[in-house]
Amino acid sequence: MAFVTANWNPLGDAFYRKIELYEMGWNLKDGLRDCLVAAAPYGGPIALLKAHNRCSPSARPQLEIFSSSGLPLASFPWKSGVVKQLGWTVSDDLLCVQEDGTVLVYDLLGGFKRHFSMGNEVSQSQVLETKIFHSPYGTGVAILTGALRFTLATNIDDIKLRRLPEVPGLQGAPSCWAVLTQDRQSKVLVANGSHLFVLDNTACTPVTPPGLSPQASSIVHMCVSFSYKYLALLTDSGHVWMGTSNLKEKLSEVDTKIKAPPKQMAWCRRPKSQQPSAVVMWDGLLLVVGECKETIQYHLDDDSILVPELDGVRIISGTHHELLQEVPGACEEIFKIASMAPGALLLEAHKEYEKESQKADEYLREIKEQSLLSEAVRQCVEAAGHEHEPETQKTLLRAASFGKCFLSNFPPEQFVSMCRDLRVLNAVRDYTVGIPLSHTQFKQMTIQVLIDRLVYRKLYPLAIEVCRYLKTPEYQGVSRVLKYWACYKPYCMPSCMLVYTVVMYLKNELNRGDFFMMLRNQPVALSLYKQFCKHQEQDTLKDLFNQDDDHEELGNFYVKASYKEQRLEARIAHLQSAVDEYYKAKNEFSAKTTEDEMRLLRFQRKLEEEKGEQLVGFSLHDTMTTLLSVGLHKHAEQLYKDFRVPDKRFWWLRLKALAEKEDWEELEKFSKSKKSPIGYLPFVEVCIKHHNKYEARKYVSKVTLEQKVKAHLAVGDVEGAAEAAIERRNESEIGTVLSRCSATTDHLLVERLNRAKATVAKK
Amino acid sequence: MAHTEWRDAPELPDFSLLKRLARDQLIFLLEQLPGKKDLFIDADLMSPLDRIANVTILKQHEVDKLYKVELKPIVSSSDQLCFLIRPRIQTVKWISDLVNADKVAGRFRRYKIIFTPQKFYACETVLEEQGVYGDVTTDEWNFYILPLDDDILSLELPEFFRDNFLEGDQRWVTTAGSALHLLQSVYGSFSKVYGIGRCAKMVYESWRELMEEGEQRTRQPEFAKVFLVDRDVDFVTPLCSQVVYEGLVDDLFRIKCGTVELGPDVTSSDKSIKVMLNSQDKVFSEIRNEHFSNVFGFLSQKAKNLQTAYDKRRGMDIQQMKAFVSDELKGLKQEHRLLSLHIGASESMMKKKTKQDFQELLKTEHSLLEGFEIRECITYIEEHINRQVSMIDSLRLLCLLSITENGLLSKDYRSLKAQYLQSYGIKHLLTFANLRQLGLLEEQQAGETLTVMESKVGKLVNDKTVGKLTDAFSSLAKKSNFRALSKRLALVPKSGEEYDLRVPRDMAYVFSGAYIPLSCKLIEQVLERDGWTGLEEVTRMLNGQEFAVTGGSSSSEARNKTDAQRIVLVMFLGGCTFSEISALRFLGKERGCRFVVVTTAITNSARLLEALLDNHA
Repeated sequence: MAFVTANWNPLGDAFYRKIELYEMGWNLKDGLRDCLVAAAPYGGPIALLKAHNRCSPSARPQLEIFSSSGLPLASFPWKSGVVKQLGWTVSDDLLCVQEDGTVLVYDLLGGFKRHFSMGNEVSQSQVLETKIFHSPYGTGVAILTGALRFTLATNIDDIKLRRLPEVPGLQGAPSCWAVLTQDRQSKVLVANGSHLFVLDNTACTPVTPPGLSPQASSIVHMCVSFSYKYLALLTDSGHVWMGTSNLKEKLSEVDTKIKAPPKQMAWCRRPKSQQPSAVVMWDGLLLVVGECKETIQYHLDDDSILVPELDGVRIISGTHHELLQEVPGACEEIFKIASMAPGALLLEAHKEYEKESQKADEYLREIKEQSLLSEAVRQCVEAAGHEHEPETQKTLLRAASFGKCFLSNFPPEQFVSMCRDLRVLNAVRDYTVGIPLSHTQFKQMTIQVLIDRLVYRKLYPLAIEVCRYLKTPEYQGVSRVLKYWACYKPYCMPSCMLVYTVVMYLKNELNRGDFFMMLRNQPVALSLYKQFCKHQEQDTLKDLFNQDDDHEELGNFYVKASYKEQRLEARIAHLQSAVDEYYKAKNEFSAKTTEDEMRLLRFQRKLEEEKGEQLVGFSLHDTMTTLLSVGLHKHAEQLYKDFRVPDKRFWWLRLKALAEKEDWEELEKFSKSKKSPIGYLPFVEVCIKHHNKYEARKYVSKVTLEQKVKAHLAVGDVEGAAEAAIERRNESEIGTVLSRCSATTDHLLVERLNRAKATVAKK
Repeated sequence: MAHTEWRDAPELPDFSLLKRLARDQLIFLLEQLPGKKDLFIDADLMSPLDRIANVTILKQHEVDKLYKVELKPIVSSSDQLCFLIRPRIQTVKWISDLVNADKVAGRFRRYKIIFTPQKFYACETVLEEQGVYGDVTTDEWNFYILPLDDDILSLELPEFFRDNFLEGDQRWVTTAGSALHLLQSVYGSFSKVYGIGRCAKMVYESWRELMEEGEQRTRQPEFAKVFLVDRDVDFVTPLCSQVVYEGLVDDLFRIKCGTVELGPDVTSSDKSIKVMLNSQDKVFSEIRNEHFSNVFGFLSQKAKNLQTAYDKRRGMDIQQMKAFVSDELKGLKQEHRLLSLHIGASESMMKKKTKQDFQELLKTEHSLLEGFEIRECITYIEEHINRQVSMIDSLRLLCLLSITENGLLSKDYRSLKAQYLQSYGIKHLLTFANLRQLGLLEEQQAGETLTVMESKVGKLVNDKTVGKLTDAFSSLAKKSNFRALSKRLALVPKSGEEYDLRVPRDMAYVFSGAYIPLSCKLIEQVLERDGWTGLEEVTRMLNGQEFAVTGGSSSSEARNKTDAQRIVLVMFLGGCTFSEISALRFLGKERGCRFVVVTTAITNSARLLEALLDNHA
């Protein structure tokens, strides 16, 4: 505790502190030297790409993505063109801007998502410099082309390229430039020597920063604050000018006494800052400048980059990751040496209390006498939020909790939610997760966004825990995570259990339309849900098909529904629906068949009523069989005509029916009625089946030559079969007949057959 | 038998261990509900359960009465009800209804559901939705594998096929993965895993995850290699009529869980007899892999031998007779009994199968496989449908026709479908939809002309062979992946050559020498090449999804060929036929290795197609 202020540095009225966030887990050979580096704000991931080696263009640099703690998330060889700039979108996607103006988009695990172009003009004149910026409209890309013109896209998810007006008198690359968002418009601020211009859609307006030091002949660096409200300019005379970004007001000007061009400059302020301040970085040196003449200087061992945040600046080097910020008011009040602020006294009181010293009472009395106890509690809670070390957080929260005991009507919400927030923040700050969010940033980014970020990193269990812990409404929290998780899972493992869990869960969470829409893109989930519906919710299944306009399936659904119905009318109604659906599905075959079925059902019922034969539900074939067997030939014939029954089937039916009844006379008449489409062998066979050899023989002569042998054999006429086989000179048929001869009785026949076989074989 | 056994066929591991494990766990679970209880068992779990724990064992653990789950109201006076079921929503719903009915009646009972082989979240959801979640305790009986025989392990999950391939429901994937994991944890890890098919890939992934979760065991592996294959990689094989004895018995009498019920016509008595069919049955084990045309001859020879053995009695003195009775007679009697059963079975088989129609059926199948006389085949199928010969057989032939011809011409497809619907009813519109979805019975897309197809197939092979292929194709009337596969893998031996079924020369003998099962051929090729190299064309025609992974076990010492190195585990996802098992046994003998088949269920053409019917109300 005593050392809380050890890393504080005074500057003007405020203090600045540099906190170590992580020792980097990566192992970079040359640190960040010669690398393109992009670190996403809000403690996001870091992308690294070794600078292209112009001498050996074939060498493929490795693109690596790390968490803020330096743990590898992805790594792959860069195979596309020369990258000018890396940057992150608001949703943790990596943008790689190539020399030719093509922007490749990757997710944070290195998966390629898409690419887009910044337009023909850019690809022709090539990219000179580029900046990736964030605005309320999303992530934007600004490009300065080789033709010294600016092209800008405000939102990469809805690309509208804008080419900004020309900057007068621009001969070479401008000394520096930045993107501003003002009046709901993205503008570019360009410095050409000592001249400053604002470029918007229509015009290029020269501007002058009020009170800029007259020694300056050129503006060499500029930066805009996180909120776009403030602008800092660095001149060749080494002065830092700070003011509002609309250039109407000057806040301060400080002489750094260094004239070398800096490597990077960033605003270092926080909401409710006490003073404007910026950080300027040179090789080996970091300077914090504020309102006063003095500056804070930090020595840098290593190549570093600055990552501006809402409430400070992160400094990433090859080995360390630090946060530099103005000490928040509450912390300053409490920890400033010899502070008599209520929070400080309360902390002291609690310390004494733990030591079981009566001084605790004295301190407490002092606060209470000024009736500042609630203020003291509030300070402790707030300060806890700003502290990075869990131990310090705990000490402050314990003090707050202690102080609360002496207050009767103190609302608990602030304390409770701070405890929760800190628990979550400590979890995501953990080295293995590597999202070093401050409480201020967390509140700004909102829990939904944090959940999304965890999801992008596929940290589903943590995301769910966070949702549950913070009691996030489920549609924003758990359901969303599960949805992502489920969508992700089927591709990598067949954990249907999980998908099922998610599906059943979402079913109750989402409204039906959204739920179906989600299922639509998830075949695995969809089929699981269909399974469930089949048993539990038939009608839902119908809705599901409806939603998809899957008329074919709907048709099938109605057909299935129809034969579950007992009542004929209901059955026909279902079939009619099926017909409609099949037509919609352009499946004429099924539609016609279903219509036939409806006709058949009506026919069956009519006949059932008239003749008392049970028919409803029989197939066409079975219906005809029944009709023929009870002698309703006329009706069978009607079906034959009405339903386009093939001749062959009808003959088979007649044949079988007549044989069943052993009406041989009628059978013979039938055989002569016209030429049989199925030949006459079936006549032979059907008679034999009913053990009437006599009748069978009648038809043998009518059998075609090809089937003669079979016919003869069927009636047991081996000799006849032999004749036919020999006549046809068919070896296999002769063989068949031979196998049916008995060597003893058909002695002569066997000989004849063998002879014939030999002659046939000779050929 | 005809082929000579490899001199030192490797010993198979003792799979009965799996039964013991399952039994112990079941007993443990039953003990979790102390006191007398009634046990309700899913109908399709009855037979597998019987192989693990018989009624006596169940009674020992205070199971009072046993009931079959019939999804109807129950009559039970017990205060404790235990349900042993597959994780099916329907059954859970039924149980929920029971519980709710009891609640209404003010009756208090304890309910326990034991899901096997695992719980599914959906089932628990149903309990929750029906408001009985708190009234019921649930457990899992991890009975993943039932050893049906020395070399056949079954998951006994016939629904795997439909659920996974038709409904796209992948919940059984983890079950299959767990089964492999179980085998691995009991019998050691594998040195190499091959597979083909989407499901196979997922099963492997799920298995690998389990491997990574669990601790690594460093024991000697008892298997060398694992091969995972999806049923939809090869639909042709299970659609063919089986002609090997065991397969034929399955086709005709339906082997259920390793047991077949032979009716009075076979036993030549007035009652049915249940016979266990496995390697314990000495008669059966000698004929199971034989082409049925050899079986009868073999059996009569056997009968003669038996008679001779009996005849030894004559002229024996008392001492010898005593020895004969005590040593041999029992065995002979047993053999006699089995022999007469198998003779009965094969007689009835011969009766059915040597008839003209069966011969013609086989002839049609063979023509389809060879791609000859397709018009005649279509006419035959048409007649088959028109005469209502057999609902399933007609469908089977239609599917074979479609697969081998890469879909039917529109005209044929419509006419055959219309005729089928006339015969068997419009409800089969759904069956056809299912068959189409699985690619079993398809209509050729209009415009998919000869040249289109040609270029399509042409793309699959390298430039050199394109020319050759085009030539080959122009001589053929039709082309299809099956045709190309069959050519590439030489699945259909040249017709016209005599094939001596008594001395099989390759795996084609299981289909009378007309066709080598594609699935088995793939396994053979992959094992031979130790991977998929050189089979790129083939896998492309099979839609890819092949993989080969070197297993976790450090098996660089594979050179010293231990027995284990010659045992190959083949997992069929979606079922496997006895013909395939016979073919693999043959291959094992040829190659001096042994195959252990793990299947989600034993299947055949009828089971496969019945699973795709949609006529159940």
